[in-house]
Amino acid sequence: MPIHPGTARIHSVSLRTAQQRRAIPGFGLTLGITLSYLSLIVLIPLAGVYFKAAGLGWDGLLHTLSSARVLASLKLSFGAALIAAIFNAVFGLLVAWVFVRYRFPGKRLFDAFIDLPFALPTAVAGIALTALYAGNGWIGRYLEPLGIQIAYHPLGVVVAMTFIGLPFVVRTVEPVLAEAEKELEEAAATLGAGRWITITRVILPSVWPALLTGFALAFARAVGEYGSIIFIAGNIPMVSEITPLLIIIKLEEFDYAGATAIAAAMLTLSFLLLLAINLFQAWVRRKR
Amino acid sequence: MEISIRNVRKTFAAFPALAGVDLDIASGELIALLGPSGSGKTTLLRALAGLEPIDAGQIRFGASDATHLSVQERRVGFVFQHYALFKHMTVEDNIGFGLSVRKGQDKPDKAAIRRRAQELLDLVQLSGLGKRYPAQLSGGQKQRVALARALAIEPRVLLLDEPFGALDAKVRKDLRRWLRELHDKTGVTTVFVTHDQEEALELADRVVVMNRGRIEQVGSTAEVYEQPATPFVFDFLGSVNRFRGEVQGGKLKINGLSLGTNSPLAGAVDVYVRPHDLRLVEDSSPGLEARVLQVQRTGPIVRAGATLAHDGARVDVELSHLDPLTATLVPGARVRLLPAIYGLFPPEGDAPLKTLPDVVPNAVPEQRGSRARA
Repeated sequence: MPIHPGTARIHSVSLRTAQQRRAIPGFGLTLGITLSYLSLIVLIPLAGVYFKAAGLGWDGLLHTLSSARVLASLKLSFGAALIAAIFNAVFGLLVAWVFVRYRFPGKRLFDAFIDLPFALPTAVAGIALTALYAGNGWIGRYLEPLGIQIAYHPLGVVVAMTFIGLPFVVRTVEPVLAEAEKELEEAAATLGAGRWITITRVILPSVWPALLTGFALAFARAVGEYGSIIFIAGNIPMVSEITPLLIIIKLEEFDYAGATAIAAAMLTLSFLLLLAINLFQAWVRRKR
Repeated sequence: MEISIRNVRKTFAAFPALAGVDLDIASGELIALLGPSGSGKTTLLRALAGLEPIDAGQIRFGASDATHLSVQERRVGFVFQHYALFKHMTVEDNIGFGLSVRKGQDKPDKAAIRRRAQELLDLVQLSGLGKRYPAQLSGGQKQRVALARALAIEPRVLLLDEPFGALDAKVRKDLRRWLRELHDKTGVTTVFVTHDQEEALELADRVVVMNRGRIEQVGSTAEVYEQPATPFVFDFLGSVNRFRGEVQGGKLKINGLSLGTNSPLAGAVDVYVRPHDLRLVEDSSPGLEARVLQVQRTGPIVRAGATLAHDGARVDVELSHLDPLTATLVPGARVRLLPAIYGLFPPEGDAPLKTLPDVVPNAVPEQRGSRARA
């Protein structure tokens, strides 16, 4: 076909306009809806917390937050949540591994049990755990003579947080493990790697990002958990009192500003921690 | 290292993937296992690596019995179709992996592992890419890294499972030539699996044609192509026509046409003729009369489809465009065909070609692992 000088120019012009448009239409509209929705559901209520807390002024804010009782509760809430999330990361990974790799009778039933902490009203979980771990409970009665107290003790907080956080790790890690190529393990084996090295150097690194996500979710859920903990914790000020409970107490004392001040502190801490986990995750992901 | 395989058997849920395989591989040889899917070629390769435990038989590497050695103990280099590179490790760490997992005094220090990785990167012509991650490489580069990784442990034998299967045609051709050069340089005994006859014929010293868990023929590339031992090999390596004939008193008769033969067969036979081994002859010469159905020219080759006049059997013919008689090839024309080179086998009945010995649909070992990617 002969090429006319004009055709090429027309062609390039039409190409340029096509490039200026986006391949998928509706970007402006969808972004607008997303931002409005996010604002309405998440950002505005949270901003309200800061707005209300700001009413105290810097001095009032510092005064509320630096009280020993608030500090102790924050330490317990975040500390116990961290321990519970680490626990869940380790054992959740193990559970996911067993579910993906092995067949055993009753597997589907156990699979359904894992989701129970999702679905159960938290108060039910709290009562059940308390009944088990109290000094006269099924488990508590054997632990008490050994000097291990769980109910009405910070340990109880960790137990409740572990209970409600487990499904987050299992359900995020499971699909990644299931998709891991069998060939990677076979390749490692032909290169002389034994089972343990294959797991630690080949399989685990590939589930790292998913495990971190599960860890972050379990942690966030544990920090925010209220219902199940207040039953088992005993709520002794300075010892086993979690921050969300302290907020309720402040509200019941009509100290709204104080309650929101603590809430704002919790919010900030949670946000910073999740942000840190996300950044770490992005760093892990970038390496592949 | 020479390998000997004796009467190896493996059954997957009643499907015999390997039904008694015997094979000797000489040290430094480059061998192709060729066959359709389900023929057992991948199972045999995996059995050599120890990835697939065998039900019976013996595998020897050199003088030592490797039948019951674990995968780790066999020290084989295995290259997978989909590379199986460790995505979270750099290219260099991938290549060094096999050395870094060694224990005690066998384990080289970090500097030595790095040096070895560099050497291998040079060998596979990827110098300077050591710090990249697999995701940053092209398919051909990934497969070369996989090969370097397998070579790093100084394997007794290198096993490649459809190594070029996931690559596009151009890269595949380049890599094929490159692998041949690499093999000549390193001299490692190498076995590779393929279903691509062209790949097998171009690359290998010897070709092992497999079908239904058995070896049909072992031979040099010329042997398996020019003297196929069975109808299956004839059919699988290139296209082929089948005529009915009869051997009488040292002569092959096809509907009155008489041809010479030294075949020990007598009575009814199947005559296998490749399309390019048919000649077009003048009307007066002896030959098989056929009616041309369609004609197609691709470059220097003229292809024609025709039916035999005496029994209506379908015939494919390939001629050089230099053949003066190609002018007579027009649809509807009557022509005379003379088989120049042919093979005789006992009659198979009416089973159509190409479908004769293929696959049992399930339990095909080489499809394992592909599910996740599908």
